[in-house]
Amino acid sequence: MSIFVDKNTRVLVQGITGREGQFHARQCIAYGTKVVAGVTPGKGGQKMDDTPVFNSVAAAVEKTGADCSLIFVPPPFAADAIMEAADAGVDLIVTITEGIPVMDMMKVKNYLKTSDCRLIGPNCPGIITPGEAKVGIMPGPIHKAGGPIGVVSRSGTLTYEVVHQLTLQDIGQTTCIGIGGDPVNGTNFIDCLSAFQEDPDTTGIVMVGEIGGNAEEEAAAYITETVTKPVVGFIAGLTAPPGRRMGHAGAIISGSSGTAQAKIDAMKAAGIHVCENLGKLGEICKDVFGD
Amino acid sequence: MKIHEYQAKELFRKYQVPVPEGTVAFTPAEARAAAEALGGYPVVVKAQIHAGGRGKGGGVKLAQSASDVEKTAGEIIGMNLVTHQTGPAGQPVKKVLVEQGLNIEKELYLSIIPDRGTAKNVIMASEAGGMDIESVAEKTPEKIIKVFVDPMLGIQAYHCRRAAFGLNLPAPAIKPFSGLLKNLYRMFVEYDCSLVEINPLVLTADNDVLALDAKVNFDDNALFRHKEIVEYRDLDEEDPLEVEASKYNLNYIKLDGNVGNMVNGAGLAMATMDIIKLAGAEPANFLDVGGGASAEMVENGFRIILGDKNVKGILINIFGGILRCDVLAEGVVQAAKKTGIDVPVVVRMEGTNVEEGRRILAESGLNLITAVDLTDAAGKVAEIAKQ
Repeated sequence: MSIFVDKNTRVLVQGITGREGQFHARQCIAYGTKVVAGVTPGKGGQKMDDTPVFNSVAAAVEKTGADCSLIFVPPPFAADAIMEAADAGVDLIVTITEGIPVMDMMKVKNYLKTSDCRLIGPNCPGIITPGEAKVGIMPGPIHKAGGPIGVVSRSGTLTYEVVHQLTLQDIGQTTCIGIGGDPVNGTNFIDCLSAFQEDPDTTGIVMVGEIGGNAEEEAAAYITETVTKPVVGFIAGLTAPPGRRMGHAGAIISGSSGTAQAKIDAMKAAGIHVCENLGKLGEICKDVFGD
Repeated sequence: MKIHEYQAKELFRKYQVPVPEGTVAFTPAEARAAAEALGGYPVVVKAQIHAGGRGKGGGVKLAQSASDVEKTAGEIIGMNLVTHQTGPAGQPVKKVLVEQGLNIEKELYLSIIPDRGTAKNVIMASEAGGMDIESVAEKTPEKIIKVFVDPMLGIQAYHCRRAAFGLNLPAPAIKPFSGLLKNLYRMFVEYDCSLVEINPLVLTADNDVLALDAKVNFDDNALFRHKEIVEYRDLDEEDPLEVEASKYNLNYIKLDGNVGNMVNGAGLAMATMDIIKLAGAEPANFLDVGGGASAEMVENGFRIILGDKNVKGILINIFGGILRCDVLAEGVVQAAKKTGIDVPVVVRMEGTNVEEGRRILAESGLNLITAVDLTDAAGKVAEIAKQ
């Protein structure tokens, strides 16, 4: 089992003829993901390798039965691409694009409230169910298929680091999700925690947060109430100065809110095993999750 | 992106948000001329820097005559203004805003920010104007009114009324306030602001409302559609190394420590700073060369880090994913040879083709210290920094 994506997920790639889109679509196909269509307005009828390209998401969905869209569309046009995908009725939208204006994402988020569609990202590495489907830009080989640990993170390469350490300890993953580093995003920690809690094959969860906002604090409260599976947590940004945006648009301490320490305190209070030394994360997981 | 108060007030005027009469001046003589044009005293001379807390730092003064304005402007222009936001180093003042004095009845607070959790814009208003809003929020949260505006709906009259009645405004001031707020919201949305803050918003004896101060920040991700806002950027207000880094699209933030570091990915970069600190040293910077860093990015990164003379050692932490470690190792070697690095460099690499990457580093003939894992890397570079 897994959450959100598996070997049956039928993926279409928006922006498949662009440099990034083409490269990563090929990587996803090589991993074994069912990439059934691409969308680039104006290039309908062409092919990217063996994948048919359509002018619109609606046409791609109609012809191929795609139920998931992976988006590589540049920031000025990304919000439009997300809304087009939702309008075409896909179940899941994974948006890799970094740099979408907040005002655009607020409109998207409010629009998505009118549909059942799930958005992951933007500004994220995507989602992978190791051994089944990779819908994103993460390196496939660092993962270990078969579970039993679920990973959810606001970061990209930091997630790879975490997954790599799990794999080195011979701990496999059910699903790994990057929810993205933007202030306004789709799927949040709580959505993932809830899905992992319900997934019978997931026995423990690793949650990776960072400075900015209060999503980690809310997740900690949710864990106290609802999650019975063990959770290992890590927060990046203890040394980040206030008022500065640390790479990710959402990673900023505003005044006294959004600090790493406040998040760590909330997570500890919720009984989460907080790892303070990233170098030791794998070992801590080994201890907490056992064999 | 941040702009100056006088620039923010230019935007306010454009959107019919009332502000006091005033002019920016770069010299004491210009300040005097500006005051004479206003035609009445007192006038206020306000230092123009991006940091807040200017009044407490001595950067905002009243003047009672033309010669007083010239003298006061002379004292402020060129001073090194230290506020709680500039840090102890302070910020040199290069210009002042010369503004008419007002007959103030009451000082209020008004701001608009995007709310991350609800994906709505939130208007915050308070009768406790002129004070630090953070401490108002902490000590007397009941004094802050929050009005959430759905971005799909936009601002409605009832939003404005709710804020106005919440501020206990006298009846004749409600209409002008509502007009001001509506215009301010329109500006906030049309310019993709990440913050507009008026502290204080003043109510005059004549029941006029005016923005006595103006702070406007913009969403960097939206600047592509606001070329005229980019024109407002003031490089004097930014760290020279950060300005240099921004030319190469590098995410660099200068810090006070002596361990330079270069990492791919923002989250991993923050975690790397943290582990340097955990090992007993202080990071000299944040530097994210991007998830798909190129050899050229690495080279520019080295140059920026070495531009900080406090740096005694550098830690490179790269998690090779799509970008293979061997390609990156080549980049590091090329960059090190070109840049002529004179401090020890600890390299920690992991991920795709790591063996090949390590071999390239080992055979480069450069003084590169290889680390086996993160803990090892942080320990080694912290040891160097202590020497």
